[in-house]
Amino acid sequence: MSSTFIQVIASGLLLGAVYALFSSGLTLIWGMMNVINFAHGDFVMLGMYVAFVVWTVMGGGPAAAVPIAALVLASLGIVCYFVLIRHITRGPMLAQILGTFGLALLLRYSAFWYFGTSFRTLPETLVGGTLPIGPIRIESSRLLAGVVALVVTVCLHLLLTRTTLGSRMLAVAEDADAAELMGIRPDRMQAIAWGLAAAATGIAGALIANFFYVAPSVGETLAIVAFVTVSLGGFGSVPGALAAGLLIGIVEQVSAYAIGAIYKDIVVYALFVLALWLRPVGLMGRA
Amino acid sequence: MNPTGLARLLAAAAFGLAVTGAAFAQSVKVGAIYPLSGVAASVGVYAKAAIEVATDIVNNDHPELGDLPLAKGAGLTGLGGAKLEVVFADNQGTPAAGQNQAIRLITEEKVVAINGAYQSGITLTASAAAERYGIPFLTGDSVAANLTERGFKWFFRTTPIASDFARIYMEFLKDMKAKGARIDSIAIVHENTEYGTSVASVVTSTFKANGLNITQNIPYSANATDVQSQVLQLKDKKPDVLIFVSYTADAILYAKTMKSLDYKPPIMIADDAGFSDPSFVAAVGNIVQGVFNRSSWSVGAPGTKTYLVNDMYKKKSGVDLDDTTARIMQGFMVLVDAINRAGSTEPAKIQAALRATDLKPSQLIMGFKGVKFDEKGQNVLASALVIQLQNGVNYVPVWPKDQAAAEPVLVYKGW
Repeated sequence: MSSTFIQVIASGLLLGAVYALFSSGLTLIWGMMNVINFAHGDFVMLGMYVAFVVWTVMGGGPAAAVPIAALVLASLGIVCYFVLIRHITRGPMLAQILGTFGLALLLRYSAFWYFGTSFRTLPETLVGGTLPIGPIRIESSRLLAGVVALVVTVCLHLLLTRTTLGSRMLAVAEDADAAELMGIRPDRMQAIAWGLAAAATGIAGALIANFFYVAPSVGETLAIVAFVTVSLGGFGSVPGALAAGLLIGIVEQVSAYAIGAIYKDIVVYALFVLALWLRPVGLMGRA
Repeated sequence: MNPTGLARLLAAAAFGLAVTGAAFAQSVKVGAIYPLSGVAASVGVYAKAAIEVATDIVNNDHPELGDLPLAKGAGLTGLGGAKLEVVFADNQGTPAAGQNQAIRLITEEKVVAINGAYQSGITLTASAAAERYGIPFLTGDSVAANLTERGFKWFFRTTPIASDFARIYMEFLKDMKAKGARIDSIAIVHENTEYGTSVASVVTSTFKANGLNITQNIPYSANATDVQSQVLQLKDKKPDVLIFVSYTADAILYAKTMKSLDYKPPIMIADDAGFSDPSFVAAVGNIVQGVFNRSSWSVGAPGTKTYLVNDMYKKKSGVDLDDTTARIMQGFMVLVDAINRAGSTEPAKIQAALRATDLKPSQLIMGFKGVKFDEKGQNVLASALVIQLQNGVNYVPVWPKDQAAAEPVLVYKGW
């Protein structure tokens, strides 16, 4: 195996970890509330701008940007829940789709208005450049994002499966009426789910900003990958999103390298359709 | 309704008609379709600023701008001093939206001519709509070869096109070879819509006809989330020359990825578009030092008309004109000059005036040899030169020698 091929695999794993990172928030909302959040990509975009603002205003790197982005986005998520989501979930499916889609456009065009259309980037030196490991080169900023992806996934998974809060949230997801009879307030649980999901998304954005460009339309580019990752991983399954993200990352990189960049989407989506045909609930979803 | 009410209503309606009638006589509407949202919005917003400056030049007296058409005097002198009004439309980065906006501008806004639309793939659909309605469409910046190969009667293009650039790159590389550079293997990396595909294919055929080998061809999607594989493919083959045909977002990803994977070709050429976008240069210009690019624009010495126009633009947009925005402004000026010469808002008369266009270099802001359209609507006097990103974030003209401000520096430095 040539060293280039090892580099391709390494790049694929890191890319996949990033996909997993920005998909975990989406899968959480999807699994908890059965709401498809079309504004997800634009939440990532806002997380990226938080990192950009933290850098320009304070000169700070991810150590400052990540917690700030998590806080800002968590607040935004909770506000969105009470102002918009709570109302549209009572309506038909179409209202939910159009509601979150409207939210996406609102956020995107607010960003166009406030931040302008220019592409921004953060300096590579912020996270310490590139690590050469033998013939392989690993970008520190991607590695950091990959590691955080794992940590966030494990934390969210533990929170959902090992804590009372998690059990309550799952109970609401399972049957909101029954949960309410047990003394759990669905509204509060769902607001927390939105806050958590948005926080995870904000963290993702703040980390991705270190190696990606920042622009108001960046959410559009990223959102589609998030949707594919979540449906392949299984709706609502956080570990599923991780597995699916890694898989998509590797398949994408290997096919782009071996066959060609314009064919990678064909390979990825063909495998995606095949996987869902064989297992409609996704890799780790429950029927 | 009582009689007084009816009378009031009629009076109001009459007043409304009078107002719109008067407004119509005083202004001439021209449509401008650009990507004001979507991935290419950064270019679209600069394009809008460029057109607004051109409109200011037309509508107000600017004697300091010399021979530039319509700079002297206020308004369209050929139309009794009528004001020029630009109706902007957002192509949203999709060919379908571009076409719909063209139809809207024609049928609802009643524009007399249209300018646009940056992305070649969108100019393709928007100009097809204008052709159907018999409204002149002029593009100052879309370079895909086939745009002027459709037998259209209402389509005009001022910019040099892919075949011009291909020839410039080819001659430039041969000149570099004569100076000792290796150009045996050439890779071309291009985005896969109309623009990238057509430029790449013209470059490939021109190079082949002149004995240069394109050894690697890498098409990719401009809204890709990752380009590591493409850079690794290049790193494997190590071409002597690397040519990019890219938009802004993808150009930024390539610049960053090439640095992180530590890949530098000996000679790197980028075909305008993304690599000329001021936001690309500001964001990653420091890690693509030594990239060659093409341009027909030069700011010029203080006091010259190009310098003054650039000054007006900079006050509005905060950045200098680059090749793309300057070509857009130039195209728009040519269109407005034709409307003025037509002395009419009738599309057929504007079309005839466009056909009769014969502008001299002194009447232009671009370094073209002039503007004169052939029967396909292509400006036969368009030309460009090779520029290089040197010393930070400035592109300087480096080739051909008689128009150069600095020597071309080899090899590609990167960061």
